[in-house]
Amino acid sequence: MNHLLSIDDLDRAALDELHALAESFLEVTGREIPKVPALRGKVVVSLFYEDSTRTRLSFETAAKRLSADVMTFAVGSSSVKKGESLRDTIQTIAAMGIDAVVVRHPSAGAAHQLARWVDASVVNAGDGRHEHPTQALLDTLTIRRHRGPAIDGLRVAIVGDVRNSRVARSDVKALALLGAEVTLVAPDTLLPPSLAGWPCTATHDLESVLGDVDVLMLLRIQRERAAEASFPSLREFTARWGLTVDRAARLAPGTLVMHPGPMNRGVEIAPEVADGPRSLIAEQVHNGVAIRMAVLWKLLSGGSGGGMVA
Amino acid sequence: MAGSRPGGRRGAPPESSTTQVPTPTPDPGDGGRFVFRTRVLSAADLRRAHTRIAHEIVERNHGPAGLVLVGLHTRGPAIAARIAAAIASFEDVEVPVGSLDVAFYRDDIGRRPVAPAGPTEIPVDVTDRVVVIVDDVLQTGRTARAALDALTELGRPRAVQLAVLVDRGHRELPIRADYVGKNLPTGYAEDVRVRLTDTDGVEDGIELWGPAGDDYADADADDGPGPVGDPPGGDAGDGNGGPR
Amino acid sequence: MTGPTGAPSLHPVASGVLIRGGRVVDATGPRVADVLVEGGRIAAVGGDLAAGMPSGVTVLDASGCVVAPGLVDLHTHLREPGDEEAETIHTGARAAARGGYTAVIAMPNTDPPLDDAAVVAAVLARGADAACEVVAGGCITRGREGRELAPLGELHDLGVRVFTDDGACLSDAGVMRRAMEYARSLPGAVIAQHAEDPALCGHGSMHEGAWSARLGVPGRPAEAEAVIVDRDLRLAALTGTPLHVLHVSTAQAVESIREAKAAGLAVTAEATPHHFTLTDAACAGFDPVFKVHPPLRTAADRDAVRAGLADGTLDAIATDHAPHRTEEKERPFEEAPPGMLGLETALALTLTELVEPGLLTLEQALGALSWRPAAIAGLSDRHGGPIAPGGVANLCVFDPAATWEVDPTKLASRARNTPFAGRKLTGRVRHTVLAGRPTVVDGRCADGG
Repeated sequence: MNHLLSIDDLDRAALDELHALAESFLEVTGREIPKVPALRGKVVVSLFYEDSTRTRLSFETAAKRLSADVMTFAVGSSSVKKGESLRDTIQTIAAMGIDAVVVRHPSAGAAHQLARWVDASVVNAGDGRHEHPTQALLDTLTIRRHRGPAIDGLRVAIVGDVRNSRVARSDVKALALLGAEVTLVAPDTLLPPSLAGWPCTATHDLESVLGDVDVLMLLRIQRERAAEASFPSLREFTARWGLTVDRAARLAPGTLVMHPGPMNRGVEIAPEVADGPRSLIAEQVHNGVAIRMAVLWKLLSGGSGGGMVA
Repeated sequence: MAGSRPGGRRGAPPESSTTQVPTPTPDPGDGGRFVFRTRVLSAADLRRAHTRIAHEIVERNHGPAGLVLVGLHTRGPAIAARIAAAIASFEDVEVPVGSLDVAFYRDDIGRRPVAPAGPTEIPVDVTDRVVVIVDDVLQTGRTARAALDALTELGRPRAVQLAVLVDRGHRELPIRADYVGKNLPTGYAEDVRVRLTDTDGVEDGIELWGPAGDDYADADADDGPGPVGDPPGGDAGDGNGGPR
Repeated sequence: MTGPTGAPSLHPVASGVLIRGGRVVDATGPRVADVLVEGGRIAAVGGDLAAGMPSGVTVLDASGCVVAPGLVDLHTHLREPGDEEAETIHTGARAAARGGYTAVIAMPNTDPPLDDAAVVAAVLARGADAACEVVAGGCITRGREGRELAPLGELHDLGVRVFTDDGACLSDAGVMRRAMEYARSLPGAVIAQHAEDPALCGHGSMHEGAWSARLGVPGRPAEAEAVIVDRDLRLAALTGTPLHVLHVSTAQAVESIREAKAAGLAVTAEATPHHFTLTDAACAGFDPVFKVHPPLRTAADRDAVRAGLADGTLDAIATDHAPHRTEEKERPFEEAPPGMLGLETALALTLTELVEPGLLTLEQALGALSWRPAAIAGLSDRHGGPIAPGGVANLCVFDPAATWEVDPTKLASRARNTPFAGRKLTGRVRHTVLAGRPTVVDGRCADGG
C-alpha cells in the first residue's frame, strides 16, 4: 500500500495521471447524482489535529462521492487530549479496519510517521509548515485547466508567508515538476532561511513581478506573525506585499490570481480582486474535491502494483 | 495519462484489449507472451459489419428516432461514431453519440489496477431514450454490467441494447449482445485484438493472438511476421453472425 | 560518600583481578602489560604476571584488547529523580559500564532538579552502589530558570564541581556573570554552558539550514550557539572562572574556542559522538530519534568538530546521553523531546569515526574520553589514570578490532532512542573495572545484564 505524503512522492507521470483522473471526477461531480460506487466498502478516516473545516470537508466529500465510508476522528474530544501518543492513536484506529487515513497535523512529518506505523494508505492533508500535497495538485490542475496541459515556462509568483506555508512548499515542487518558472515574493522574514535546492527564485519586490507573471498565487498571512516581528504590521504588509486593487490593475492581461484560502480579505488580497474576473479562488475549491477523489481512488483502487508511483 | 486498460492478460482478460502495438509484432506490454495468429476481420470486413449493425439497430427500433449510441472506452466511442455515420448515410439523421467510462463501476476495483480510459460525455439526457451501448469485444460481460450501472446513474433509459464487434464467448454473467459483428469462438488463453485507425493509428482490423510457446503456435512468430502474419484478405471475415 | 580509596565505599572489593594479555594505553603511552588489581587499586603492571598468582584471583582475558583508564562522561542524563521510566541511576550506570565508563557526571535537569543539597545527596546515595561512579552536576540557577543562583556552595560541599543549567541555556548575561564571579570562591568549580540562545532558537526543532527549510521544520541557527559562546568567552575573560562549553556543534563555536585557548583563556569544551558523526540530513525522514539540542548540523560543522577534537580545541568527547521513553519519541518531530542515547556507543563511534580514519590517535581519543574529562570534572585522583601501581583501579578493556551492529533492544539503558540503530561499529568494550571490581565481563554487566 502506498501513500501521498509529499509532492516528492510523485514523478511527472504520476502527477499527470492524477490530473487526468481528476478530470474524470470533475465530470462525475458535475452530474445530478455526483457519486460513483468505486470505493464501496473502503473506509477512510479523517484525523485532523488542527481545525480545518474546509480541507476536512473537501476530503470527506471526495470519499463519500466515491462511496467510501468516512470516519471522522475528532481530536478535540478524544483521548489525544489526555496524552495518548500519535502511534497509539493511529494503531487504535487502524485496528478497526481502515483503508486510508487523511491526516492534518501541526507538526511537520506527522504523516510520514503515521505511514511507518500503519498498513493503511496515509494522505497528508497538511503537516505543519512542511507540505500540503493535495492543495498543490488542485492548484496546478486549476492552472492547467486554464492554460492548457502544458505549462512549462509559465511564470508563477507565490507571494507572502512562504516560510510558514506548507502550501508554498508543495506548490513549488508541483509547479517545478510541470516546468513552470516560480518566483517567491516576500521579505526575508517570510522566506525560508535557505532556498538551497529549491527550484525557484526569490525577490522582495512585488512591483517588479506584477507585469511579468502569468499566475499570481497569494498565501494566507497569519495575523500572529506580526507579533513575532516578521513584519511591522498587517497594514505595512498589505502596503508592500498585498494584492491591492491598484496592483491588480497593473497585472499583465490574462494573469490569473489564486489563493488557497481561507483569505484575509483586505490583507493579502483586496476583496474586489478576490471576487474579480481574474480570480480562480472559487474554482480552486471546486477542483479540490475532484483532486482528492483522484488521490483516494489512486491509492485505494489498485490491486498489487496500483500504487502512487510505479 | 496511462489510460488503457491492460489487455491480453492471460487468465482474466477484460473484454476490451487495448494494447497499442503495430501488428503483428509481439506486444511489449505482455512481455512477448502473445504472438500473432491470424487476422479475423479486415478493414473492409469491419466496414461491412458497421453497416450491417447500423441497419439492424434502425430496423429493430423502427427507425432512428430516440436512439443514442454510447461507446465504452477506449474503442467503443470510435465504433459508435462509425455506426452513427452509417445510419446517417441511409437515414439522413444524426443519431447522438456519447462516450462512457465504466472504471468507477467495475467489480474488480482493488483486485487489479483500474484506471478510467476517457471522459464520460453524453450529449443528450438518456432518460426515455433507447441507449445502444457499443463496445469492441464482449467476453465475460463484466464491462457491460458496469456500463449498465453507470448508465443508471445518468438517467432512466427506455431500453438499453448492446452492440459489439466481436463476441468471443466465455461469459461470466447472464448478458448477451443484441448486435454482433462476428461471433468468434476462442480459447480462453487467446486474445482478440481490435485495431482502429482512430484509436490505434493502424489500419482497421481484428486479430487473433495466442500465447507464445504453445504447441500449436508457430515458433517463428516470435521474430515478427510469422507464416500466418499476412493472411489473404478476407479469408477470416465471413461477416456471419447477426443478432442472437 | 567515598571510601578511603576515593571510590564509592559500598562496592565490595574483589579479592583480586588480573587483566591479562592486553596493551595498556594511558596518558603515558602504550605498552604490553598485564595489570594486577588488589584492594581496589592497581597492585602491579608488567610482563607476565600470571605466574604464581594465588587461586582467588579473577583473570580477565584482554588478549587483542586495549587496557585503558575507565572512561569519564561529562554529560549524562540519568533522569532520576523524575523520569525513571526513561532511565534510572542504576540502568544509566549499567549502560555507562557497558560503554567502558567508570564515572559519569549526572546532569542536574531532573525533576526536581539538582539545585538543592538534599536532592544532590539523595542522588549520590542512590548512585553509591551503581555500576559506575555517579558524580552529581549541579544547577547554576534555581529551577534552571536563569534568575536566582542555586546554592552553589552547599552543592560544592557535597562534591559538585560541574555547574550547569543544561537543557536550558543560561541566557541572561548578567546572571551568567554573577555565577562565574561567585564560582571563583569554589575551588575546582567549572561553569558549563548549554550554548544556544533561546531567542534565536525559538521553537526550532533542528538545525536551521537547507534541510530545515525544505522540511518546513523551524530551525535553530548555528549563530544561536556562536553568540552565546562568544559572549561567555568574554565573561570568562572578565571573571577568570573556568568555562566549559557543553556539546559544541558548530564550526563557528569551534573557531571561537580555538582563538580563546590561544589567548590563554581558562576554557574547556566537549563534543558529542552524534555531532561528530551525523548531520541534519538525518532528520529528512522526520524520525524524532534524530532530534537533539543543539541539533545535528551540516557536514561542514561536523568536520569542524572533528578537526577541533583532532587539534585539542575540544578537550573531551561527552555523550549527552539523553534517554527518553519510547512513546515520547513517537510523538511528532516538532513535539518530541530532544536527546539521544550515547553511553553504549560513544567509544565505538570514536574509534570508528575518528581513530580508524586517522583523525585522532588512539591516545588522543582516550584522552578525550577519559583523562581530560576526568581533569575537567576534578576526578583525576581516581579516574583517568595513569595505570600504575597505587592508582585506583578504574579501568576499561576494549577490543579495538571487534565489529558489532547497534541493536536498540540489546542496550543496557532503559531507553531505546539511539540514532545509531543498525549501524556497524568497530571497537567493543570487553571488561570494565570499577574500583577493582569488574562491572562488565566479556561485554555483559557483572550483575547479569
